Amino acid sequence: MKYIDEFRDNKIANNISRAIFDKARNLGPINLMEVCGTHTMSICKFGIRGMLPENINLISGPGCPVCVTPKSYLDKAIAISTLPDVVLTTFGDMMRVPGSRSSLEKEKSCGRSIKVVYSVLDAVEMAEKNSDKKIVFLGIGFETTSPTVAASLAYAKKKNLKNFFVYSGHKIIPPAMEILAKDPAVAIDGFLCPAHVSAIIGTGPYKIIAGKYRIPCVIAGFEPLDVLQGILMLIEQIGSNSSYVENQYKRVVKSSGNKKATALLDKVFSVEDSEWRGIGRLAKSGLRLSRDYSRFDALKAFSLPEVKTTPDKGCRCGSVLKGIKTPIECKLFSKKCTPQDPQGACMVSSEGACAAYHRYRR
Amino acid sequence: MCLAIPMKIERIEGDRALVSAGNIKRMAGINFLSNPKIGEYVIVHAGFAIEKIDPKKAKETLRLLEEIQ
Amino acid sequence: MKKITLSHGSGGRLMHELIKGLFIKNLDNPYLNKLGDSALIHAKNKDLAYTTDSFVISPIFFPGGDIGKLSVCGTVNDLCVSGANPRYLSCGMIVEEGFDYSDLERITLSIKQTCKKAGVYVVAGDFKVVEKGAADRIFINTSGIGELYDNARISSSRIRPGDKVIISGTIGDHGAAVLLAREELKFKSRISSDCACLNDLVSSIISSDVKFMRDPTRGGLATTLNEIAQEIGYNIGIDEKTLPVKESVMALCEILGLEPLYMANEGKVVLVVSSKSASRILSRIKKHDLGRGARIIGEIDREKGKKVYLKTKIGSSRILDMLIGEHLPRIC
Repeated sequence: MKYIDEFRDNKIANNISRAIFDKARNLGPINLMEVCGTHTMSICKFGIRGMLPENINLISGPGCPVCVTPKSYLDKAIAISTLPDVVLTTFGDMMRVPGSRSSLEKEKSCGRSIKVVYSVLDAVEMAEKNSDKKIVFLGIGFETTSPTVAASLAYAKKKNLKNFFVYSGHKIIPPAMEILAKDPAVAIDGFLCPAHVSAIIGTGPYKIIAGKYRIPCVIAGFEPLDVLQGILMLIEQIGSNSSYVENQYKRVVKSSGNKKATALLDKVFSVEDSEWRGIGRLAKSGLRLSRDYSRFDALKAFSLPEVKTTPDKGCRCGSVLKGIKTPIECKLFSKKCTPQDPQGACMVSSEGACAAYHRYRR
Repeated sequence: MCLAIPMKIERIEGDRALVSAGNIKRMAGINFLSNPKIGEYVIVHAGFAIEKIDPKKAKETLRLLEEIQ
Repeated sequence: MKKITLSHGSGGRLMHELIKGLFIKNLDNPYLNKLGDSALIHAKNKDLAYTTDSFVISPIFFPGGDIGKLSVCGTVNDLCVSGANPRYLSCGMIVEEGFDYSDLERITLSIKQTCKKAGVYVVAGDFKVVEKGAADRIFINTSGIGELYDNARISSSRIRPGDKVIISGTIGDHGAAVLLAREELKFKSRISSDCACLNDLVSSIISSDVKFMRDPTRGGLATTLNEIAQEIGYNIGIDEKTLPVKESVMALCEILGLEPLYMANEGKVVLVVSSKSASRILSRIKKHDLGRGARIIGEIDREKGKKVYLKTKIGSSRILDMLIGEHLPRIC
């Protein structure tokens, strides 16, 4: 497949691996955080850790939107699904995330109207074709996904749809990176920055991480050669004591990002403080529907029953998300918390650090 | 959080396009693209083309990758 | 449009007319036609293999097949990979009230054609109708009896380090076809299920060099390989570069964040054979229509363990686990 196969060449992969071994040799222990969940998956799927020297430690960061969605969001989503005439539509990733008492998957097996969609466009089409139903879309995802939801809301406004709603759980990545860069408990020597989030936001938002916090940032694609080259570029910066923002994924990411997408985001969403599961409340890190679009806001359109959210017991997802603990260091890992019976989001999301660890590294 | 793959634009219909990869086809929103053309490759995420792939830059990246020893 | 009603399952006239007019007419054979409470069959002094499977697939019609064809292939395949020549099937149907008669007819004809091609008979059957909502359109159970081949010695206990693993063709076709047929994902493609009876292929290769066989259905090839590793207590090494995958199946998996190794197959067999016989058996499989895409994909490790290791396309190694939960499309 074009633009995929070329970036999976094993000869080049081995050359980059050798170069990384060479450049990282005298640098001591290095912690690199790959922020994006898709990077986590790619690293696991292609066995990239096995191609790196012992002194490089890859940490999975909070770029897994499923992992950082608070339990209360799930509880409210489940409550919405119980309302009459509501069809809840969601990305597949959310189905098995445990809420306080249940999950969307469990609710669906009890007969609730919950449907997996590949695209928010499919939820809009469902609304257009079923005027007797209220279609609620669970808006989860970072800056790659939120513009798609913004576009759908703009379309819904244009068509004056009365039965399409979004429950926004969208978040933005740079504030999470900044909180990690500031945290003394988290020792990150370099960030592997998300590929497609960067296609939208450009290179600008990472400048503060590299400039103020002196942590090198490299935007890298998701193919194994992209990831390996991205890691090599980080090692080279660390080796030369530099810290700046570099773009490995030039074939897609422009330094100015995608202006059409960001303009639409500004129109449809407003930034607000938001709760990140395991990290806490981060200022200006979430998106809610702006005033012009408030009639599509599921939280405003429906009066939900009181939902009580139980605290996470023993779950160390927070520390794992920050890279402070490895999955093995969580007492529940592989014992009470397994992919079949996940206690926290890090295990249920297939790209969560714990799920990836359980699957690929035991 | 950005699972997306390169797909080719086969046909354009307003703000949607028929995109394909390996004989799989789907309609995708192209609202975010500037001047999309048939035959161009785009990154498709959750039913939207979020950006074009620049073939020159792709070639350049591959060339640099091949030079790594 | 004629519909199936509760009366069709009640044992009365309507049911008898349905059985005679649809099932006996199409599945016609001396055992079934007797309409006894049991089919009387002869075992010919052979050891028998016996299996059962229930089919609840949705959608019931998909590119490359339907629930009827699947219900025959699934049981025939379970028998032949056990080293048995499939002979007799039973077929029990549970149908939801309101089911279209024309769909029932289509499924029955499909069963007829598949049985004919495989050389098996449906010798016993059952038909029930339940209220609307008590079943999802139609469920089918088939049980099957087969006669063990004289030269078959299929047992995981025969597997040794160094034995080779062969797959008879492209993986993930059925899983991909059914996923697309569900329509919610709105992809267009020409992917077709590989649903097929493997008994003819298996009978052409069965010998003492074939130590073990299994058909990698739900959970995909990865799950089946893990089952084998756990049974034999040795690790299994698979080379990703050798895995046969159709380009369209690969593309779909890339788009949805799925892996062909975890997608179901309904017309493939995975074999473990002695190292010295591997090339010969591979050539013979490839001569068969259903085995053209066959490849040697790995081998049994010298190392004791219960894991499956995958050598990736870029030359690294990773663990290949069983499928856990449902294989859901991702966006992340």
